[in-house]
Amino acid sequence: MRRCLSIFVLLWGFVVYSDVRPLVVASKDFNESYILGEMVAQTLESKGLSVERRFGLGGTLICFEALVAGEIDVYVEYTGTIEQAILKLPQRASVKQLNEQLKHRGLQLLSPLGFNNTYALAMPEAAAEARDLRRISQLQDQIGIRAMVSHEFLKREDGWPGLQTQYGIDWLPEAIEHGLAYQAIADGTIDLTDAYSTDGELARYQLRVLEDDKDFFPKYLAVPLIRRDAPQLAKDALITLGDTIDDSKMAAMNASVLFSEADFSSAAQSHLETLGITYKPVENTSTLRRNVVRHLYLTGVAIVSATLIGVLLSLSVFRIGWLSRSVVYVAGLLQTIPSIALLALMIPVFGIGVFPAIIALFLYSLLPIIRNSVTALVTVDPVLQRVAKAMGMSSYQQVRHVYLPLALPSILAGIRTAAVISIGTATLAAFIGAGGLGDPIVTGLSLNDTGLILQGAIPAALMAVFAELLFEAIERFALPKYLRSIETIS
Amino acid sequence: MGDCVTFKEVGKCFGDQWVFRHVSLTLPESEVTAIVGASGSGKTTLLQLVNGVYTPDEGAVSVMGKPIPEDLTSFRKRIGYAVQGVGLFPHMTVFQNVSLLARLQGWNKQEIDTRSVELMNRMELSTELLHRYPYQLSGGQQQRVGLCRALMLRPQMLLLDEPFSAIDPITRADLHAHFAALQLHEGVSTLLVTHDLREAVKLAGFLVIMADGQIVQSGRTTEVLDAPANSYVRQLLDTQL
Repeated sequence: MRRCLSIFVLLWGFVVYSDVRPLVVASKDFNESYILGEMVAQTLESKGLSVERRFGLGGTLICFEALVAGEIDVYVEYTGTIEQAILKLPQRASVKQLNEQLKHRGLQLLSPLGFNNTYALAMPEAAAEARDLRRISQLQDQIGIRAMVSHEFLKREDGWPGLQTQYGIDWLPEAIEHGLAYQAIADGTIDLTDAYSTDGELARYQLRVLEDDKDFFPKYLAVPLIRRDAPQLAKDALITLGDTIDDSKMAAMNASVLFSEADFSSAAQSHLETLGITYKPVENTSTLRRNVVRHLYLTGVAIVSATLIGVLLSLSVFRIGWLSRSVVYVAGLLQTIPSIALLALMIPVFGIGVFPAIIALFLYSLLPIIRNSVTALVTVDPVLQRVAKAMGMSSYQQVRHVYLPLALPSILAGIRTAAVISIGTATLAAFIGAGGLGDPIVTGLSLNDTGLILQGAIPAALMAVFAELLFEAIERFALPKYLRSIETIS
Repeated sequence: MGDCVTFKEVGKCFGDQWVFRHVSLTLPESEVTAIVGASGSGKTTLLQLVNGVYTPDEGAVSVMGKPIPEDLTSFRKRIGYAVQGVGLFPHMTVFQNVSLLARLQGWNKQEIDTRSVELMNRMELSTELLHRYPYQLSGGQQQRVGLCRALMLRPQMLLLDEPFSAIDPITRADLHAHFAALQLHEGVSTLLVTHDLREAVKLAGFLVIMADGQIVQSGRTTEVLDAPANSYVRQLLDTQL
């Protein structure tokens, strides 16, 4: 028993490491956001600042909440998104006006990077040339244009309906899945679709973006959004990025990552070089090491806590039939919540980042530990239970000298199961910005990059195997002798 | 000689099922009393009323002249207990099993060693066995270790629940001899529950015969053998002896 305790104390000591907190740069989980995140990170690093990348966060609100909470320090946001999704302003606002509104939340917009990633209407260069189309207002009297737009664009007030009113267009396009629209354009099936003005596909398929000459679409200027309490050096460095990227340049960078060899880092780097910012890429291994350490930290803290709480809980309820059944039932219920949903449920309560991820992993680890512990404790040989009681051992002594040692093998097996499940589930924690080996997986998924996915998946699988071996060793070490001898006999 | 255990109008029920009612008995001190009966006769339940594992639903039980106290754990330490199917803790060595209670009581090492060796010798168990695990012993050795454990704290009473029943006849005879010798030496009041009348007659000076929750007859062994109270007891004597 004392051996087990010392093992857990050691594990605990190992997982409760603390690192000096660098500036945390985040991105959302789409191509352009990754490139801009990388650009911000490299710019800061070139000034000698220590940076942690927390890329691929699952959406605007997660990023914004994390920024307000101080989980992250900076990410690139779009003015239209701030206006409508975050501040929910009734009318258009300038960067200056937005800054007024963000001030009391401790946030600050730096200089817009230059491009405007808004809705756009795009046509193949050839088809547009044939009709001599350059501006949206020219669409008014066009007949026979084969147009298909995304379902969302067809419905949104800042999409087709508003556009129709503003430009006086009286015909309706058909709806198509956005991902298929570019394919349809490339096939020559359609002539016009909606797009984002910096999509990498625009250059790839040689599309012409029609000019929004009546200024209908809201502005989505990309601009670094930073905490006011970030170092001035960081703010100054990022301001130098202002107005250096136009729409076509951004589209070209997006295309370079999507369709050629470039990765986020090299795309960002080549732009920074044109600005005279030199950046030396950090060795890949340190990213791996950081991810592994973070992954171990997440699962380690969760498992150790779940072991302590789960075993204590089991010990306190196992003698009361209905109570132990309810505890096992509740733990089972937690298990039925899909992992990604449980992680999402954590956000309103605990925000994003490491803490909620640990809570979620902790909850998942409880079931195997509690179920194994309770089952093992109640199934201790009834004769031994009666003897322990009739001998005059106190409740505590019975648990300490009889129940716990006899249940130990099952309890350890439960912890082992929990550990392996946790290592797998922890890869999802990247979605709420907890980092770990899920980071390359999430990035890889958004890029459809198998190599990147494997950079997370293989270490995670190895870690699970390693955990199995470690627990096998612990079991060998901690198992009572009589069981070890039985093993060698059989 | 005083009275060891007294039952006064004792009844015990589980749910709405009475195991027995109106049981009144007085058991003698410093000798062996055997409670004999078929399975389901209520004999084990009767035994568990003595060490407070069960509490009576009517009537009163007193042990060594006093009602059963609130503080059951220290009360039970004065009553040794051994049970059918051994009941040795498989994760402890023979020594750890035998000395468990003494260690929990805070005896010093020398006292513990002396008493363990004394009991092992009396049971004719080699002290080399002290460092083995129960699964490494024969059935008879295990039962003897069980008795050593029950006697470790020099209890005032011993409760034995069919301790010899899962043992082959030859080993059982051997165990009976050991037990008789031990009883002669330690002179501890013993309550033995068994379904084996032959065993009861051999070991006990006082007999309690139970059937279907009734005390059919109780008295000194010789009296019972000489004057069976009714046809049930007579039949029992005829078939089993």
